[in-house]
Amino acid sequence: MKWATTSAVTALTLLSATAAIGQDGTAGRRTFSDGYRFVEMTGEELFANVCQGCHMPDASGASGAGNYPSLAANKNLESGGYPVFLVVNGRRGMPAFGDMMTDGQVAAVVNYLRTHFGNDYQDAVSARDVQDARR
Amino acid sequence: MNAVQNGSVIKRRDLLALIGTIAGSSAMYHAMTSLGFASESAYKGPLKLTGDPKGASVLILGAGLAGMTAALELRKAGYKVQILEFNSRPGGRNWTIRGGDSIVELGGFKQKCEFEQGLYINPGPWRIPYHHRALLDYCRRLNVTLEPFIQLNHNAYLHATRAFGGTPQRIRSIKADFQGQVSELLAKVTQQGKLDESVSKEDQEILLQSLRAWGALDRDYKYSANLLSSEFRGYARDPGGGLSANPLPSEPIALSDILRSRLWRYLQAFARYNFQTTMFQPVGGMDMIGKAFAREVGDLIRYNAKVTQIRQNGSGVTVSYVDTVNPSAVQQATADWCICTIPLSILSQLPVDVGAPMKNAIDALPYAGSVKIGLQFKRRFWEEDEAIYGGISYTDLPIRQIAYPNYGFNRSGRGILLGAYLFEGANSYEFTAMTPAERVASAVEFGSKIHPQYKREFETGVAVAWHRVPFTLGCSGEWSDAGRAQHYRNLCQIDGRIVLAGEHASDLPAWQEGALLSALDAIARLHERVVKT
Repeated sequence: MKWATTSAVTALTLLSATAAIGQDGTAGRRTFSDGYRFVEMTGEELFANVCQGCHMPDASGASGAGNYPSLAANKNLESGGYPVFLVVNGRRGMPAFGDMMTDGQVAAVVNYLRTHFGNDYQDAVSARDVQDARR
Repeated sequence: MNAVQNGSVIKRRDLLALIGTIAGSSAMYHAMTSLGFASESAYKGPLKLTGDPKGASVLILGAGLAGMTAALELRKAGYKVQILEFNSRPGGRNWTIRGGDSIVELGGFKQKCEFEQGLYINPGPWRIPYHHRALLDYCRRLNVTLEPFIQLNHNAYLHATRAFGGTPQRIRSIKADFQGQVSELLAKVTQQGKLDESVSKEDQEILLQSLRAWGALDRDYKYSANLLSSEFRGYARDPGGGLSANPLPSEPIALSDILRSRLWRYLQAFARYNFQTTMFQPVGGMDMIGKAFAREVGDLIRYNAKVTQIRQNGSGVTVSYVDTVNPSAVQQATADWCICTIPLSILSQLPVDVGAPMKNAIDALPYAGSVKIGLQFKRRFWEEDEAIYGGISYTDLPIRQIAYPNYGFNRSGRGILLGAYLFEGANSYEFTAMTPAERVASAVEFGSKIHPQYKREFETGVAVAWHRVPFTLGCSGEWSDAGRAQHYRNLCQIDGRIVLAGEHASDLPAWQEGALLSALDAIARLHERVVKT
């Protein structure tokens, strides 16, 4: 039972892998981070692996005893600083993701959101903007 | 929060909670001197509310354990009690999923549980520590039968993807080898005189004796492959009968390999206060507790009631709600007082007449992400093939844990595993973002790295991601130390005619005990105020 270099290579391949799942066709491949922080880097990937858990794959939100707001065609996204602040610091039931994403990741997912789902705000936020939003 | 009476070490958090609350709640508890409660529990025995509430009425929001505890005690004390509950069942997060159950999560994703009759999964709370005295007391009073919850099974696995070629290791072996080799090292430096400054010569002799016994060391204070260490870590061949009786020693894993594997970090999961033996679970599913409470107070509950607004003035409380089945007409319930157990993830979205300090506290608490996945298999291969009876295997794979059923041991036929248990961290969000079917498929995929039988034996599964649960929008209040210091006391104060209760209003977040202690504390303070006015 010795720790072997060859097995480490195999293991690394497995960990960084995206599992091919999705018989129901909603999503082809999933990414799994290997620690507390997210490894997803693009805005699209971050949205699909994090945000859509609550805000749903089409960003339309959901309603139960309480609501997850729709992010589709959402005027609150007009100023990039607002979603940046919420992702970094959280609000009400929404967790803060500031410790789980880099400045670049927050900027990527906010920029993706502000240019998709019926949103068309072309003034991209930068990693620097995110840094300023950290309390 | 009566820790001050115990006179022992008080945590900073406890201190904060204590300030201003000592005179009220602690005085209300019935003295239970004969039981000699140990210092670990804030529970002082059954609540005794003395004094006449003079016909006062209380409206309770939420029929979870906090709400039903409050209802049970307040009705007994003479209050007029009614409960509004969003779900069509009692219990809230005290919940068990069985075959035939339908689950619709936020977004409309629907699951039909196809488990065999008698098999179940507890998607929320699933274990009860022995020191959760309030919950255990209510279980006794409400005739909820308990059985052991196996937290530590020496024959379950520890698994690290990048160590030992991905082969899972028995907890037994890692624990014995880690303990043995640390003992060997300590014995070595003791013999080299390196502890002379801190340990007397006489004590060093005793220390060496204890290390030999504790670490399974040989005469030379070495931990090595022999029948002595095998008695702890297991044998290469177990003792038998007849001509093949002699056991063969097994080969220890080198300390360096254990250190680099990081498997040692899981050993503390068994040592922590919250997870020490004895732990319990209700026979038949955790919801036996919620059902037992509902036998007492079920007649007070208005189900399918979605609260939309909470108003108060000098004379009473008015709560607006709609029927979830027929939401067109807004209805109202009124009472002199209100105990609100609605999770803050939801309450923060409602119009609520409370002062700024409480409102700020309500808005300040994020809710943890958590996912549990139940998997049914054609046979109990973990018992039949691997001799794992109950307990938990830990892994660094995204599923984090595989928990084996603590009931139905050694039976033939089907069984259910908890195939994933995630709490916070990136993976809990990634699993939440999937469809239920994807979560189940992922759990099977990852679990098969630990149990290769998975793919052949898997039949059906259910997955609960707590951020998608319509009645909570999250698992539990996730307090930071700073947030608690700033807001916790404001959250727990009586604001006019409204007081909050639930695990979020306790220092035991995510535990059922926290919900109960919070409710008991709140109603003791409320009753004191009612009796005085």
